Amino acid sequence: MTPVLDLPTLWAFVIAFAVFAYVVMDGFDLGIGILFPFFAPGPERDSAMNSVAPVWDGNETWLVLGGGGLMAAFPLAYAIILPALYAPILAMVLALVFRGVAFEFRWRDPGHRRYWDFAFTTGSVVATLAQGITLGALLQGIAVEGRSYAGGWWDWLTPFSLLVGVSLVIGYALLGATWLVMKTEGAVQDHSFRLAGKLAIALIGCIGLVSAATPFLNGAYYERWFAWPQVLFTAQVPLLVGLCSGMLLVSLMRRWEYWPFLLTLGLFALCLLGLGVSMFPHVVPNAVTIHEAAAPHSSLLFMLVGASVLIPIILSYTGYSYWVFRGKTGHEGYH
Amino acid sequence: MFDQFDALLLARFQFAFTLSFHFIFPSFSIGLASYLAVLEGLWLWTGREVYLNLFKYWLKIFALAFAMGVVSGIVMSYQFGTNWAVFSDKAGPIVGPLMAYEVLTAFFLEAGFLGIMLFGMGRVGRKLHFAATLAVAVGTCISAFWILSANSWMQTPVGYTINAAGQFAPQDWWAIVFNPSFPYRLVHTVMAAYLTTALVVGGVGAWHLLRERANKGARVMFSMAMGMISVVAPLQILAGDMHGLNTLEHQPAKVMAMEGHFASHPEGAPLILFGIPDQEAGTVRYAIEIPKASSLILKHELNAPLNGLDTVPRENWPYVPVVFWSFRIMVGLGFAMLTLGVLSLWARWRGKLYDWRPLHGLALAMGPAGFVAVLAGWVTTEVGRQPFTVYGLLKTAASASPLEAPAVAASLLTFIIVYFIVFGAGTGYILKLMSKPPHRSETGPEAGPDHPIRTAGITPAPSVDPTRTLGVEA
Repeated sequence: MTPVLDLPTLWAFVIAFAVFAYVVMDGFDLGIGILFPFFAPGPERDSAMNSVAPVWDGNETWLVLGGGGLMAAFPLAYAIILPALYAPILAMVLALVFRGVAFEFRWRDPGHRRYWDFAFTTGSVVATLAQGITLGALLQGIAVEGRSYAGGWWDWLTPFSLLVGVSLVIGYALLGATWLVMKTEGAVQDHSFRLAGKLAIALIGCIGLVSAATPFLNGAYYERWFAWPQVLFTAQVPLLVGLCSGMLLVSLMRRWEYWPFLLTLGLFALCLLGLGVSMFPHVVPNAVTIHEAAAPHSSLLFMLVGASVLIPIILSYTGYSYWVFRGKTGHEGYH
Repeated sequence: MFDQFDALLLARFQFAFTLSFHFIFPSFSIGLASYLAVLEGLWLWTGREVYLNLFKYWLKIFALAFAMGVVSGIVMSYQFGTNWAVFSDKAGPIVGPLMAYEVLTAFFLEAGFLGIMLFGMGRVGRKLHFAATLAVAVGTCISAFWILSANSWMQTPVGYTINAAGQFAPQDWWAIVFNPSFPYRLVHTVMAAYLTTALVVGGVGAWHLLRERANKGARVMFSMAMGMISVVAPLQILAGDMHGLNTLEHQPAKVMAMEGHFASHPEGAPLILFGIPDQEAGTVRYAIEIPKASSLILKHELNAPLNGLDTVPRENWPYVPVVFWSFRIMVGLGFAMLTLGVLSLWARWRGKLYDWRPLHGLALAMGPAGFVAVLAGWVTTEVGRQPFTVYGLLKTAASASPLEAPAVAASLLTFIIVYFIVFGAGTGYILKLMSKPPHRSETGPEAGPDHPIRTAGITPAPSVDPTRTLGVEA
């Protein structure tokens, strides 16, 4: 359980970071798409959309880095996982196409705004559901023979993967609602508080169900979570999840504005940590480790040079852009 | 076996379909980003309002084209894994880092500065805004750099070894990035993007000149576009010729297919202008040819011997009819562009640039020619390197994912439906913007009271507050 910090391990962390950055940044704007039908057409919807308008395009770039980084650093894993999850991944990219342009087109074409709003919501829900199913299907394991996927094209569809998919939809919706709590005022904020309360309870239930099911998906997971003395460390994860959940509910009841969003992010971080505990050092559970999947040393090194210089630069100008658009959003946009 | 073949063919078709759609947008936005930088630079330098108005006019169109390029690009970045898993496993260690560098150096840069470019004019100083425009323009070129490096490496692979797992392992990154065909391909593609944009700008200018001859914005954009074409079109033909010689050196079978040389010509090869290639019989029927001209073009010598496809094992032939015809479409359009450029020079010399209506008609008709030429050129180079994904080393048939045909068929159908709805609507909106003439006090996609602020994408013209202009009084 003491990972040696060699290049493949380092790259596993970089990609985990890209995935988390993606969840942190795109999660709430997908969530706003999911919640769109709950907001009234007109100022409520416009205000919700304005709150993510300045940043969503940059947010989505992290998904490209996650996919591209996986191909570059762990080509074997990329080559096994993507065909195995063919349908959900293509559903995700197509949903993102619809959602992205709906964002663009709804303002340009008031006559068809209803349809573009529908496309925005459907795109957000489908993309999120597909991401969750992808994760669930990965966790439950993928059939591998030699260097390629050996299952059918419906293997990903199980009750467990659907459960993870639905959980992620609820989770992103909660991120969206708590983001709006932070970024809006008045009626939209009240509405968001009410939605966030319900979603928080639903998400905590989902995390419980997924966590309870995961150790029993395969023996190795059970071993990693409950072997002695490792359990002393791993037990901290559910404890922290409990603590985080409690604080989230309190913060929502007391109508704190910033904490609900941050605590929801905390829950996501803990879930990712839990995922890491279950899977490490495998990248395809039970089949391929990060060392087996890693690209040759020269590839990893070549990219690491660039990544270590460029990622901090990217983070700083992304931070700057969030700073420029800080504060509450009205439905009238920023001035 | 039969199923597998079907899945392969469907996967190839899917790749060609999604990439053709995707490629249209960057080949327009690379040139347009540079054009916008030039317009803003001219405005800052001369202070002439017409440049600012043109900047705002094209900015709205750029925003739409850019957004569609982004969403169709996300599809591409996942398609390597879904449909071409074996390729990803084997070539990922080389192609992957090149594409990762594209994301790190170009995508984030563009996404980061697009916001200021689109909405920042009232918010930041003029110079900072110009810097943002330059950053976006540079970003599009950096993007082209990495993507063409990756593509060129697949065409002319060097700097690798094959490791125990059967992967291409990088040995010399310098050699990989600057592989033998890369400089030619980069220059040829970026110039194609500039020509494409110039033709669109020229076409739009011509359309408005035909309807409103005194429109100042239309005059300026038409003049700039024609100037660009008359300079770049001849350079592009030169670059294309050099690229062809490079291809002859590294991918001779592709040139044989382009030229329709099934048979070897030991004493000087003719240039086949037109004909109907017959892949089965290995001959070009009804050929109209110029004796010895092919040798003259490719070897600069009338009697130089040229090998034909008969020197290549038949299973390594590209599909000749497609390459033969797409090449002719590209070259034909290239010479049409040259003609347009020369005619515009003549009109300019005679002082009739804004009055000679046949020229405007021709420019209007040629408006979309760049897109057709770019796609034809891409077909030439990609079909011409078949049957390989990594030239000479990895066959296309051995690159595909282990997928079942129904999966690929279903996804292909979905792609076709989604793309036609989404990009159909987008193209419609772009054409609507282009159909309006450029005017004084042109509004950009600035945020106003009734519409959103955006970092990427568009804000609708109807909701832009007409009383508010960007950074300058009308």
